[in-house]
Amino acid sequence: MGLNSGWSGTPGLKNRFLIISLAATGIFLLLLMRLWYLQIISADAYLQLSEKNRLRYVPIEAPRGSIYDRDGALLVDNRPAFGVSILRQDVEDTNDLLTALSGYLGEDLATLQERYAKGKRLPPYRPLPLAEDIGRDRMEMVQENAQDLPGVLTVVRPTRAYPYQESAAHVLGYLGEITEQQLRSPEFYGYRTGDFVGKSGLEKHLEPYLRGREGERRLEVDVRGKLLRNIQTRDPFPGNRVYLTLKKDLQLAAEAAFGDQAGAAVMLDVHTGEVLAMVSRPSFNPAAFASGITAEEWIHLLKDPRHPLQNKAIKGQYPPGSTFKIVTALAALKAGLITPSTVVDCKGSLEIGDREFRCWKKEGHGKTNLKKALKESCDVWFYQIAQDVGIDRISEEAMALGLGQSLGIDLEGEKDGLIPTREWKRKRFGTRWYDGETVIASIGQGYVLTTPLQLAVMTAAVANGGTVYRPQVVKKIVDLAGNVLVENTPQVLEDNPIDKKNLQAVKAGLEAAVNEPGGTAWSRRLEKIKVAGKTGTAQVVKLKDKDSKDNDEGKIPYKFRDHALFVAYAPADNPEVAVAVVVEHGSHGGSVAAPVAMAMIANYFGVDVEPQADKVPYAGD
Amino acid sequence: MFDRRLLTHFDWVLLGMICLVASIGIVNLYSATGSWETGGTPVYIKQIYWFGLGIAIALAVCVFDYRHLEYMGFFFYGVNVFLLVGVLLFGKTTMGATRWIDLGFFNLQPSEVMKIVIIITLACHFNRKGHAFGHNLKELLPPFSLLAVPVLLIMKQPDLGTAMLVVFIGMTIALFSGIQKLTFIVLSVLGVAGACGGWFLLHDYQRERIYTFLNPERDPLGSGYHIIQSKIAVGSGGFWGKGFMKGTQSQLSFLPERHTDFAFSVFAEEWGFVGSMGLLALYLLIIIWGLYIARRAADKFGMFLALGVVAMLFWHIVVNLGMVIGLLPVVGVPLPLFSYGGTSMVTTMIGVGLLLNVSMRRFKF
Repeated sequence: MGLNSGWSGTPGLKNRFLIISLAATGIFLLLLMRLWYLQIISADAYLQLSEKNRLRYVPIEAPRGSIYDRDGALLVDNRPAFGVSILRQDVEDTNDLLTALSGYLGEDLATLQERYAKGKRLPPYRPLPLAEDIGRDRMEMVQENAQDLPGVLTVVRPTRAYPYQESAAHVLGYLGEITEQQLRSPEFYGYRTGDFVGKSGLEKHLEPYLRGREGERRLEVDVRGKLLRNIQTRDPFPGNRVYLTLKKDLQLAAEAAFGDQAGAAVMLDVHTGEVLAMVSRPSFNPAAFASGITAEEWIHLLKDPRHPLQNKAIKGQYPPGSTFKIVTALAALKAGLITPSTVVDCKGSLEIGDREFRCWKKEGHGKTNLKKALKESCDVWFYQIAQDVGIDRISEEAMALGLGQSLGIDLEGEKDGLIPTREWKRKRFGTRWYDGETVIASIGQGYVLTTPLQLAVMTAAVANGGTVYRPQVVKKIVDLAGNVLVENTPQVLEDNPIDKKNLQAVKAGLEAAVNEPGGTAWSRRLEKIKVAGKTGTAQVVKLKDKDSKDNDEGKIPYKFRDHALFVAYAPADNPEVAVAVVVEHGSHGGSVAAPVAMAMIANYFGVDVEPQADKVPYAGD
Repeated sequence: MFDRRLLTHFDWVLLGMICLVASIGIVNLYSATGSWETGGTPVYIKQIYWFGLGIAIALAVCVFDYRHLEYMGFFFYGVNVFLLVGVLLFGKTTMGATRWIDLGFFNLQPSEVMKIVIIITLACHFNRKGHAFGHNLKELLPPFSLLAVPVLLIMKQPDLGTAMLVVFIGMTIALFSGIQKLTFIVLSVLGVAGACGGWFLLHDYQRERIYTFLNPERDPLGSGYHIIQSKIAVGSGGFWGKGFMKGTQSQLSFLPERHTDFAFSVFAEEWGFVGSMGLLALYLLIIIWGLYIARRAADKFGMFLALGVVAMLFWHIVVNLGMVIGLLPVVGVPLPLFSYGGTSMVTTMIGVGLLLNVSMRRFKF
């Protein structure tokens, strides 16, 4: 064998080496193509996946928008609520830490341990909430000792604050944790478990405007979810500012005038339909809901027989009682069946068919015309004319004035009330309409139901000559840069101008009721502002042989006592505002509901409610 | 006694390329394990020690003339098979597999040694019985039997990856020695049939790996996790890479086994397509250079020896890269000179020593 001889000289060996080299190169090219595919063609997709691996997003809650009254007085704001959270990865000894914290926070060790155990399902980079809303003092104590509390974070969460506590709580509404059902609905896209959302009132109605845009912390984590660093923070963006049509001082005055009584009051601007005050009593403190209400408090509110959570101004449906006589009178005048001077002789009761219908005044009003009928609220006068007018005309007039339908106020849950018609009764009960039913409907009893808001709208329509405006509580919504997002302008729902003469006749009666001796609200008149109004008493139950004396407080149980109503507008000659007040089980409109209305009117016009020297004892319905 | 001419013919090119790849590998390990809070010697330092030992072994392997191995090939083979049987009888069991014999100071892994020994054994066989006109089935029976015995023993451990590599090495040498066309076709058919039959002999975890390879997303947190995370690491590197020590997949531990089997993923993530291509080119150069050594070998035995070593390096590289970039199922095959591990380093460097040996003795004296 010589140099490089033998095997290497084998024919075809050169080819074999060539083939094997090419094969190896080919396989490497295959690997390279795969790398090309991964690192160049799919690079972006894989980069995203790798970012998803290492980045976690922790939302930062945005403060909800503030709510102001029409003049810019703050009604709902946010305050910082301090809490303590724990970053588990930095904790050295859980038991030591919780023991130390239980001292600073003034909470049981067992409670803290329970919360800690519950929070362990959160990923390690998410701070585990241990205590919320602990107050500034405790927070400072924790912060001063932070050195000895590894893993403890003090956190600040914007929480709803209500400078006027219970005031206007029903209009403003309250917050609560989002429900499972809401989370599933497309309306709440982007919300998370544990988020607070509006549950009632404007907080609910204006949720999309009030909720801010949440901020976000971008965290880098490793494969175990351990937080390595904060990469980026996007600050939260607060919700929009909402300006209401309410007047704060008026609202407070109305609520003060209500005292402990239950009921509702609404004051409107008669030329715009703007709600100047809306009261529902008893009220609740929405602050209790701001950081999660306890089950106990919640049940207590729900079980209260006086329904503090219900906004009675729009959800309470009451028989309007004698305040409805305004409607009956206008219907009769419009039909031309009576004139202002039509006289009925009231003898204290009227027999129709085989039934006797009583006037509230046993001894009767004697010869009574329209003005006197309204002023002294004579029932018999209305019983008499109602038989000619008939239910259809009365219903038609009531609806034209805004009763019997929801008015589209910008609050959720407004009720329709009820204005009965023959058609309605046939559908509802399958029976025909009886004349006797017309008679009691004419004085706002029987089937007739109205909300305090509807009564205020009706009164405003009478005051302005027949225009029904959509009642509104939101004036405008402004973003943080000052851009106006929503600006509400008056909206006319119905415009049925009332014949001048007819209007004049009715208004004269309403003015007399307040401003002439013998009027049902005479004792509550204001010296400086001429108010026109109508009292009302709504029967809750029919008492046999009911006697006006029996109806006095104390003699019958609270829940069977009549509701007291009063509707009014002022100033009588050139009306600006209309008000309706319902005091539940308050017995007599003149003595209980009228003072609330007068206090509101006095506050609106900036006058005092002078004590009336010539106050007469209770006079009528 | 030591011929000075051998020094002049020393293959500095091969040694240079080997050192270059190993250095890149060590730098890469520094990045892959930099974030580890470990007591003791850092992984990359240990790898430097292993590489130092490897160089020493390679040089030691150069010192004697490789032709002496021709007389000892079958002796080595016998001892190794004996050790493989020993493993099955008194081996150390970890993670469901029995692969090591505890020698007190050292854990011997006979299956790893078999990669070298099978090269020597088959080189011996084809040196004596081989001819250039293509072997028929009968002629191939003895070498295939030589291959089958250790392969079956290794599969029994079970260590599918190593068994497969031993088969690949053996088949490459056999194929190169020449096989008749008809025999090749018959063998191919038998091979496919055997693979199908072998499916039923596989362990559940091995089948699982193949399922997962075919569709990693079927178990993204379990057995598919490795391959998904590795593809994310490689792919997210993009063209230029994320930069040294800046690969989030590896630095934040999303990539498992990143200092051993998945070391290349770390490299690809941090150095991108450019780096991967460079490393691939270096490996290919080593392969081509190894074939060049085989081509120039002074004798048939040297040629088969060099070719076997090249086959060993080649299949390790291809199987490992194919695995980390999602072309092949996950089998625990390290990337030579790149993955951390003493056993792999020693085996590789013995092979490198053999290449150097054949290369420097390419001229007959």
